[in-house]
Formats: sequence, C-alpha cells, structure tokens
Amino acid sequence: MLPTPSTSHVSFDNVYEPAEDSFLLLDALSAPSETAFLQHRFPAATASSGAATPAPLVVEVGTGSGVVLAFVTAHAKTIFGHTNVLTLATDVNRFACEAAQRTVQTAIKDVCDSDTQTPTTSAAPASSAAFLSPVLSDLTSAIRPGEIDMLIFNPPYVPTEELPILPSTHSIDTSAGSNQGVSSHSIFERDSYLLSLSYAGGADGMETTDRLLEQIPTILHPERGVAYLLLCAQNRPEDVKARIRAWGNGWAAETVATSGKTAGWERLQIVRIWRP
Amino acid sequence: MKVLTVNFLTCAVKTCKTSPEAFPLHFRDAELAQQDLEFNPEFIKNMLLRLDWNAFRVTTSELGFSTIPAEKPEGDALNDETLLRDLHKVLLETQVMEGKLVCGHCAHEYAIKEGIANFLLPNHLV
Ligand SMILES: [Zn+2]
Repeated sequence: MLPTPSTSHVSFDNVYEPAEDSFLLLDALSAPSETAFLQHRFPAATASSGAATPAPLVVEVGTGSGVVLAFVTAHAKTIFGHTNVLTLATDVNRFACEAAQRTVQTAIKDVCDSDTQTPTTSAAPASSAAFLSPVLSDLTSAIRPGEIDMLIFNPPYVPTEELPILPSTHSIDTSAGSNQGVSSHSIFERDSYLLSLSYAGGADGMETTDRLLEQIPTILHPERGVAYLLLCAQNRPEDVKARIRAWGNGWAAETVATSGKTAGWERLQIVRIWRP
Repeated sequence: MKVLTVNFLTCAVKTCKTSPEAFPLHFRDAELAQQDLEFNPEFIKNMLLRLDWNAFRVTTSELGFSTIPAEKPEGDALNDETLLRDLHKVLLETQVMEGKLVCGHCAHEYAIKEGIANFLLPNHLV
C-alpha cells in the first residue's frame, strides 16, 4: 500500500474532503492491473536504445483537496515505472486550487524524505513526477486540445434538482472576511455554495460529467489518451459506458474498480475510457 | 505556476480554440520566483519530445530569457549538460507568481495571483 497524501492543512469548510470516492481512485490507479496498463501505454525510455519517449501529461479535473493528483505525482515511479511525467490540476474553486498546490508539494516532499534516509541530501533518484500548477478553470477549458495523456475526474455525481451556477471571473470573494467587513453568514453561504459545486450533479448526477465526456475525444491525446472517471450507481454507469462505446472510432469504456457492493449493486465505480 | 505550464494552456473562450493566435498565451507584467529542484537530464529529454518549441521560444523571450536556441535540441545537442541545465532552470524552476496571461486572438486577460492563473470567464463570455 502506498501512503495516502496528507490533507491536514486543508479547510474542509469550502473544499471537498477526501472520501470513499477519492480512496477508490487511489486504489484503482495503484492496482497492479492498472499500473501494468499505464506502464505499457506510457513506457520509460528503453535502457538499450536510450531513446526518449514523450513525457505524459496527467490532468486531474476538479481536484478538490488534491489528494488524488498528489498520490499520482508523488508515486509516479511506482505507477508509471518512471518519473518522466507532468501533472496539472484544475478546479473552479480557488480554495481548492490553493489546497491542491500544497497537498501535492507536501506529498512530493514526504516521499522524497522517506526515499533518502537523510532528507538533507537529495542524491537518490526522485520518485515523483513534476507538478506544473493548479489552474482555476471550468473542467478542461484552459487546456490545449490533444495535450492530455491521462485525465482523472471525480465529478459532482450526486443527483440534485438543480445544478449550481458556475463561478465567473470575480464572483467568489476569497478574501478572509473579518477585516473586509464580510459577515460570518455570507462566509457560510459562500462556503456552502463552493461545497455544492463539488458534489451537486443535477439530473442523474450527470450534468457536469456529460459536459466532460463531450470534451474527451478532442481534449485527450489522439493515440495515448486515457481517462479515469468515477461514477455512482445513480449515474447509470452501464448506460454511460454504452454511450461512450457508441462514439465509434475505437473508443472503449470498462469498469476497472468498484466499491460499496450492496444487494448486487456497486455504489461507486471507476471507468477507464480509452482507444485500445 | 511553472513556465512550462503555459505550453499546455490556451484561451478558455470557445471561439479562440481553433485560432493559432490563441497559443501560446502571452505573459504580461510577470513577477518571477525561483524554486530549487533536483536536475534530472532524463526528464528534460523526455519532456522536450512533447514541448512545442516555437511556443516555448515566444514565452521565454517575453520573460527575458535569452539563451534558448532557435531550434529544438536533438541528437548530440541533448548531451550538452549546460543547455539541459538552462532548460531545467527556465521550464521547471522558474515560477510565475503574479501577472497576466493574454490571448493573442481575443485579447482577454487571465490574472495570475499567488501562482494560480484564473481562467474562469466573465458571464458575457461563457
Ligand atoms: Zn481568446
């Protein structure tokens, strides 16, 4: 078991707290079947020829606390078999972007400290990928089409009557409050709104996921691209997978991990979307 | 944000996606900071394979880095440790903390605050 990144610095008043869904993603991405798949898809430079291979770009959409991306970044050596990997996070919540930045940096430092018994010397080869930045944005809207090699999305999947309106450029006041004359009531309202963005999925809990799915064929790298999507039972995962396969053009969708089996139903599952 | 990040970003406005002028976004009033990171030549070589060199040249000249060669290094040039260390410094160790990213097509400005670029659009552009 690889250690789970620490999120003890994160305020869960306005950032989604790692839960069963986050941990299912960690388990799925570090399972031997998935690391074998990823190592085959994103091979290291071969020792014999020494030929370099393009460093994959991993993007987590809606990163929240950053726990999943921190895990992938810090344990790149185990997951990909090499550390020539770039990672980037997006979220519509500035607090989440700030939290994720710190979660990833802490995880990189922690794994580095445990690698080198003496933390002051960094002679041992790094175990971690290179973390680029969090980007405050809606889904993949700021990312150049065709660049993402591996996309991870733990969406707002809970069915709700309404979908919260997305924040615009200046709609969220992220200043601390007290000295700005912001009342505790309005901070509570703001934080409730920010949390609702992390879980409220609208009809079937699929409204945001459907927007992301629409982007997948253009946003992923045409050959290497793969996406990992978390779904809950109410999202009708079998229908979702059938719709992806109906894109044609070789697109495949398979369940690669499940959790919370009750009465024959998997509560949560991870679907891998790719072109074999 | 690391300077390398901008090699993967474009304008969030839908109608800009297909415009060559929307890539790379242009830094304006950039405030830089340096972060020491372990030099890994293998990483630089693998990363170069997916770097858009022309866009990277635009970015580095805007930020005032003058030692970047006109052509993407290949073959023997990849054994030039001085060059790889220069690239490591610019791409990975240089962080843009404050400033703006500006689209060359629609001229929209994305603010960078404390190293985080804000690509949320104003309501009239969504
Ligand atoms: Zn634009």
